[in-house]
Amino acid sequence: MQYALEMRNISKSFYGNQVLKNVNIAVAAGEVLGLVGENGAGKTTLMNILFGMPVIHSTGGFEGEILINNEHVNIDSPRRAMEYGIGMVHQEFMLIPGFTVTENIKLNREITKDNLLSKVFGKSLRTLDFPAMRKEARQAISTIGMSIEELAVVAGLPVAHKQFIEIAREIDKKNLKILVLDEPTAVLSEAEAEKLLDTIRYFAKRGVAIIFISHRLSEVLKVSDRITILRDGVVVDSKPSSSFTVSEIAEKMVGRKLENVVLPPRAKEPSDEDIIMSIRNLKVYMPGEMVKDFSIDIRRGEILGIGGLAGHGKLGVANGIAGMFPAEGQVYFEGEPYRLNDPSYALRNGIVYLSEDRRGVGLLLDESVEMNIAATAIEAFGSFTRRFLFMTVYDRKKIREHALEMIKKLDIRCKSPTQTVRRLSGGNQQKVCLARAFTLNPKILFVSEPTRGIDVGAKKLVLDYLVSMNREHGITIVMTSSELAELRSICDRIAIVAEGKLSAVLPPKASDAEFGLAMAGEFQEVLQHG
Amino acid sequence: MDRFLEQLKRVDIPTLIIFLFLVALFVLAAFTEVSIPSLLSDSIRRIGMNGVLVLAMVPTIRAGTGPNFGLPVGIIGGLLGALISMQLGLAGFTGFWVAILFAVLICLGIGLGYGWLLEKVRGQEMMVGTYMGYSVVAFMSIMWLMLPFTNPDMIWAIGGKGLRYTLALDKYFGRVLNNFLRFKIGGFEFPTGLLLFFAGACFLVHLFFRTRTGLSIDLVGQNERYAISSGVNPNRARLVAVVLSTVLAGVGIIVYAQSYGFLQLYQAPLFMTFPAVASILIGGASIKRASIRNVIIGTAVFQTLLTISLPVLSQVTRGDITEVMRLIVSNGMILYALTRTPKEAR
Repeated sequence: MQYALEMRNISKSFYGNQVLKNVNIAVAAGEVLGLVGENGAGKTTLMNILFGMPVIHSTGGFEGEILINNEHVNIDSPRRAMEYGIGMVHQEFMLIPGFTVTENIKLNREITKDNLLSKVFGKSLRTLDFPAMRKEARQAISTIGMSIEELAVVAGLPVAHKQFIEIAREIDKKNLKILVLDEPTAVLSEAEAEKLLDTIRYFAKRGVAIIFISHRLSEVLKVSDRITILRDGVVVDSKPSSSFTVSEIAEKMVGRKLENVVLPPRAKEPSDEDIIMSIRNLKVYMPGEMVKDFSIDIRRGEILGIGGLAGHGKLGVANGIAGMFPAEGQVYFEGEPYRLNDPSYALRNGIVYLSEDRRGVGLLLDESVEMNIAATAIEAFGSFTRRFLFMTVYDRKKIREHALEMIKKLDIRCKSPTQTVRRLSGGNQQKVCLARAFTLNPKILFVSEPTRGIDVGAKKLVLDYLVSMNREHGITIVMTSSELAELRSICDRIAIVAEGKLSAVLPPKASDAEFGLAMAGEFQEVLQHG
Repeated sequence: MDRFLEQLKRVDIPTLIIFLFLVALFVLAAFTEVSIPSLLSDSIRRIGMNGVLVLAMVPTIRAGTGPNFGLPVGIIGGLLGALISMQLGLAGFTGFWVAILFAVLICLGIGLGYGWLLEKVRGQEMMVGTYMGYSVVAFMSIMWLMLPFTNPDMIWAIGGKGLRYTLALDKYFGRVLNNFLRFKIGGFEFPTGLLLFFAGACFLVHLFFRTRTGLSIDLVGQNERYAISSGVNPNRARLVAVVLSTVLAGVGIIVYAQSYGFLQLYQAPLFMTFPAVASILIGGASIKRASIRNVIIGTAVFQTLLTISLPVLSQVTRGDITEVMRLIVSNGMILYALTRTPKEAR
């Protein structure tokens, strides 16, 4: 069969962590391929490879081959990808905020006309033909059925509009043969999403090969001709969409039947009588993850999960409480008013936060394992110190002893406590973070995306360790994660955040449908309307 | 042997090149009539003389703001301290310690102001620091003429107003450190007091970086957001680093001046910065990481190079190429350090 695009035996690893293993996908002209998988299954990486993104080449390239119309191609830069007629709508908006809609759509493909200077000095000095650009931009926008003012500046537009502009830009490309949509509906309302699906069908009819990546399985099922399912970097199934149902896809994506892991029992079950922290009307100004009005009571000794779609503010909650981003609202900790926007106050009160951005916030990459474990404790509590002359200095011997103990306890694979953390794998880095958190004797541990970017084996160890911290040391844990399966496996309750607000608090055994509705922010309405 | 190779790998290539060059110079010296013992004692004296100024680079580098190119700011504080001590007519060690005391007090004040300014220009500290140095020196050039110092040893003999370009310290605290416990072996002279002072300063700074405040500076320099999440106030940590650097610069210039025997005013503070920056970089520091080891190695290599190249090379080649070489080495080293990408891990 003649495929517009084929990717064969693609393998890729980041920092020794394999994220793609012999992945094969193919899509014919006029066909819509649905690509689904959990967070971290490798979808975005696969598309980054297709688009020649620098992040791939700066981390050592990839293995495998890409064929366009049965010809081998070497895509080493996004520019090359565009020349082959590949268009990509990104998960993160790649728009220039200060430019108008027209300028963004025509970026780098501006329509120009000659002037005196350009005749002498060459093409790069030609004048931009604004009326023509405006007309084409207008046309591209109306193709997707939107009414956005083409001269508006992008910065002030709502997210949904930004998403459509991003799509309009790809549509405007004359040689478009392959269009990749990475989670285009994540930020759209249902009606808007429907409009987008229409656009997709329209382009398929025009002979464009489309790869559609989405977490909304019903949409994928509706619009795709064929569906490829990725799990942990491997293709687990690829069949025409008519042979799937939503629950089958979900099952294959998650892979393991959502078995109920038997968690160790507790001496005393958490109850609503014993609230360790009560959060009222929390607002957090975290770019991309704004929390608008979040309230919840955290019970002493429980594991509370916080889930929700990307961009809806689930990550903002922990960041706000820990003081990493400006926050306001009423928070009570053990009955006392709690001071926001003060990381050192949080630490001193036993509120420890492990960031979702492990390499950026959670670690000192060029420092040794032992310093990473101990530094915060030295800083916040003056642990591991001794008097020397008239100064209080930290004690390398005590640090070493403690580090060795933690390394043994968490099975951190490192050559020695003095090895720099940068060279460790993601899983071991996360273990170092956990060791650091444990060293701080937390009362509440906020941990965000603890298993992001680490392999399956390490994932289990990390979750097991969280459970043991909870059970053996009575540490209350608030875990934020994009992976619902993971939340359901160890949490007592799961709070779902939608559009910056608490949408629902569900037991881990609630059905997929209930979680789906809660994430879409429609749970309350359903309850009200029966 | 393996451990030796491991150590060798950690040595910077420029450090190695300059070190080899140094060895070559010593070999060359053996064939000329230059007396090696006196070369050695000269080198050692200059190491102690410049060491504290180089040490002043450590806090700001570790705080992530790069070498303190605003060294003249602290030097001015040190000069003021020394001038006050001279005005009071104090001699010997009393004069020296009083000078240090005043220098530290003055530097604390101007260090806070300078730190506040640098906080306003986050990310541009090196450039702004350089210009700050120039501005302060220009401003003080006026002030040296106007400040109400009256000691006849300090002011112009004719006219009776304004401080001289160079002030002899013989009658005050000139060479007090150098002469403390000094001993001689043949032609080789060892300035014990001077080196003890340098070693003490290094040790104190080393200890400081193992306290919580010192560690907070380290954390901010390596990963500001990690530092914040550890409860550090990064602005305060950087301010402490700048103040410490300024104080060390003030103390450093007094040590320098007592060893040199003269206090140099007006434009002189400008010429202290680049050699100090170059020294620590030669010692293997980058503009992001620096240790006391880098200070000691760097100062030793750089100062020895300057000391022995003059007599040796002037016999081999014609004319004085030392000054040229000093400029090439110090400016080239700074350029190299600024352009190379930060090393990932060691």
